[in-house]
Amino acid sequence: MTTLETAPANTRTSFASRYHTFMSRHGSLMPTFAAVAILLVIFAGAQIKFGNFITPGNISALLLDNAALLIMAVGMTFVIITAGIDLSVGSVMAFTGIWLAQMLQSGVNAAFAIPIMLVGGALVGLLIGLLVQYFDVQPFIASLAGLFLARGLAYIVSTRSIRVEDPTVLWLQSARIHIGQFYITPTGILALLVVAVGAFVMQFTRFGRTIYAIGGNEQSARLMGLNIARTKIAVYVISGFCAALSGLVLTAYSGAGYPRNGIGWELDAIAAVVIGGTLLMGGRGYVLGSMVGVLVFGTIQTVISFMGAEQSWTRIIVGLLLLLFIVVQRAIVARAERRR
Amino acid sequence: MLVVPGPGLDNGHVDQALPLLELTGATVLFGADAAIDNVDFRMFPGEVHSLMGENGAGKSTLIKAITGVLPLNAGTLTLAGEPMHLHSPIDALHAGISTVYQEIELLPNLTVAENISLGREPRRLGMIDSKAMRRQAHAVLSELGLHIDPASLLASHSVAVQQLVAIARAISADLRVLVLDEPTSSLDVDEVAELFRVIRELKQRGVAILFVSHFLDQVYEICDRVTVLRDGKLVGEYLTRELLRIDLVHKMLGHKEAELKERHRTTTSDTDEQPLLSARDVTIVPGIRDASVDLFEGSVLGVAGLLGAGRTELARAITGIDRLHAGVLLIGDKEQHFSNPRKALAKGIAYSSENRRTEGIVAELSVLENIALAVQADRGIWRRMKPARQRELAASWVEALGIRPADLDRPAGTLSGGNQQKVLLARLLALAPRLLVLDEPTRGIDIGAKVEIQNLVGELSENGLSVVFISAELEEVLRVSDRVAVLRDGRIVETLPSADMTVDSVLALVARPNQDEARA
Repeated sequence: MTTLETAPANTRTSFASRYHTFMSRHGSLMPTFAAVAILLVIFAGAQIKFGNFITPGNISALLLDNAALLIMAVGMTFVIITAGIDLSVGSVMAFTGIWLAQMLQSGVNAAFAIPIMLVGGALVGLLIGLLVQYFDVQPFIASLAGLFLARGLAYIVSTRSIRVEDPTVLWLQSARIHIGQFYITPTGILALLVVAVGAFVMQFTRFGRTIYAIGGNEQSARLMGLNIARTKIAVYVISGFCAALSGLVLTAYSGAGYPRNGIGWELDAIAAVVIGGTLLMGGRGYVLGSMVGVLVFGTIQTVISFMGAEQSWTRIIVGLLLLLFIVVQRAIVARAERRR
Repeated sequence: MLVVPGPGLDNGHVDQALPLLELTGATVLFGADAAIDNVDFRMFPGEVHSLMGENGAGKSTLIKAITGVLPLNAGTLTLAGEPMHLHSPIDALHAGISTVYQEIELLPNLTVAENISLGREPRRLGMIDSKAMRRQAHAVLSELGLHIDPASLLASHSVAVQQLVAIARAISADLRVLVLDEPTSSLDVDEVAELFRVIRELKQRGVAILFVSHFLDQVYEICDRVTVLRDGKLVGEYLTRELLRIDLVHKMLGHKEAELKERHRTTTSDTDEQPLLSARDVTIVPGIRDASVDLFEGSVLGVAGLLGAGRTELARAITGIDRLHAGVLLIGDKEQHFSNPRKALAKGIAYSSENRRTEGIVAELSVLENIALAVQADRGIWRRMKPARQRELAASWVEALGIRPADLDRPAGTLSGGNQQKVLLARLLALAPRLLVLDEPTRGIDIGAKVEIQNLVGELSENGLSVVFISAELEEVLRVSDRVAVLRDGRIVETLPSADMTVDSVLALVARPNQDEARA
């Protein structure tokens, strides 16, 4: 009797132990899996309802329409994993975008104008990073200052929108590389490249692991002899640089620079990062997760325009999703604390 | 007692070996105060050295000075004869000085292997070579006798395992000096033995080890040499085998009287005296089941039991912190329903948590504000205490409890553990409670402060206060209490006068197997 019972019990425990091993190694991936599941559910639901939702054109447009937000979200992921926040990115995107348009209008070659505006974005990030690290200003406050600064600079450059006629910049948007029935633009490739580099740096470099360490416990990381100051400043520089890059992509996308661009985008980026499974308290999260978060965001937008409903519904639904994810995160953290 | 400063060894005993690490005339200032003042300190290769002293003696400062966390204001540090200038922990790490800190944890969000190798990960083509990293971690961990998955997240392991991982991190460097600051405070007996095995192995390799612990037994078991500090000054350096324990304690405490005042025990609490508070069959699942205790005025009830036996749960049950699932609390004949701590406080029942840092002291606030906090909360926000009155109140408690430094405006977080505990006591005593529940009030504080707190508990009970004293140290519970309630697996197994008990008899009660299990 006992021998009969032990045999199946053994296979069960081995499954349980394999599950245990997986959870002890990759427990922090669960929120990201949840985001993937939600994305799939939305896709499936929309396909069933509209019948023509999952088409190559639609999928390709998803990346094209969200390339700027995606790049911004990658930079934001770096910052949030150190348990920081960067509210300046929307303004930085607008400032660098309008600056680019203005430089191009006054005859500066794109080969100069683009690097200049990228450095400009990185400098705003550097300023925030220095404030956070050496003046001990809360990231929220420091980046809020960055938000006002960059928005003000955008208005100083121009109060009205400036059209872009530079062929290089327009090419970024208009060129289509076809893969079967799918297509991708240079902006899309740029966004995917940023995701790939970001994920690589986070996962496989010492710099990336230091970012996670800071988010886990900054004090411990310091006593472990990690270079905290350099890393913390660097994440804000990266975020500012990514914001400027998204300024370039958005300028190409809309064919113009406009100083009122990107109002509230910083919050969209934060929402996408959180939905993608990054903990706002820092220490846990994935760049690829943020990409999933952006795709969820973009897909909800597409579904709503398919339904012909008011676009404000996007915000409501994203808001609800965000709430759900934050509650789930809290539950995960609380569980981890209980286990101590 | 007169103490001659300077090394206490005669020359006949000095080893031929040169010191591996030597501090000469080391001084570290905090503002105008010297945390350590002109201290000489040396460590020899292949020796375990202990640093002893009360809280505030300067042990942590000295450790920070040799691990690059704090710079020296005066004096020199040499490592194998070379003068060193350490500006950061990474400098110390590169010089072969590793530290395992007492309270600073590792990073729970990273894997075990990453925690071990962070900052010096094996790399290939600029990328972290995670396979090599895991292999190295596995090697170090098995050296420590720890067989866990290096790829698992640190958060998925117990505190004791995390502690060993921290030690694994320290020994995986090119180690010359290892500093262990209270490494055993969260380990059980077997784990301590395991740690000592590792320490002995490192000794064989010629590593100089600094072992700081409050446990005298452990110091005597593992250490070859001991340096005693008091009030930031060097008392002396001694060979452990030549120093009697009683002498060591005297050197640590200096002129102060270390002995506990013999106190009058109220052994006759089981007469028909009316209890101040009675708990009847209180249950909080999980944690404590069907526990009944009577608490009398002017009497100390000790609570003994292993970790997890329900000590804290019992304390939280009778102080209204947690809601009861079953049972009642009686004051006189009236049933009490404390839905929150405030209601219990109103009845004169105060609770001091075992988590001094998280549930006690507000580290950023001054000593004055910490003491005035509860009184002010009791008065409500509309009846604000005048600042002068607050200062008067705080100053009187600082004096009465001997809180050092007696600086009311100093942030409480900068005080030593024993003094923080006294600030907490002052806060609660300022409320003039009738019942004071102290959960591990002496944990992690020095022997001198411990004795002071024990004496204080005695004085309080003589003044009519009812005290519940919880501690993991059985000797202490027996010494301080009039009666002792012994807990096992969430139940009170026995409540006896402490005069009738010995450490061994309590241990027997704590360890007695469950009768049901014994039958089965």
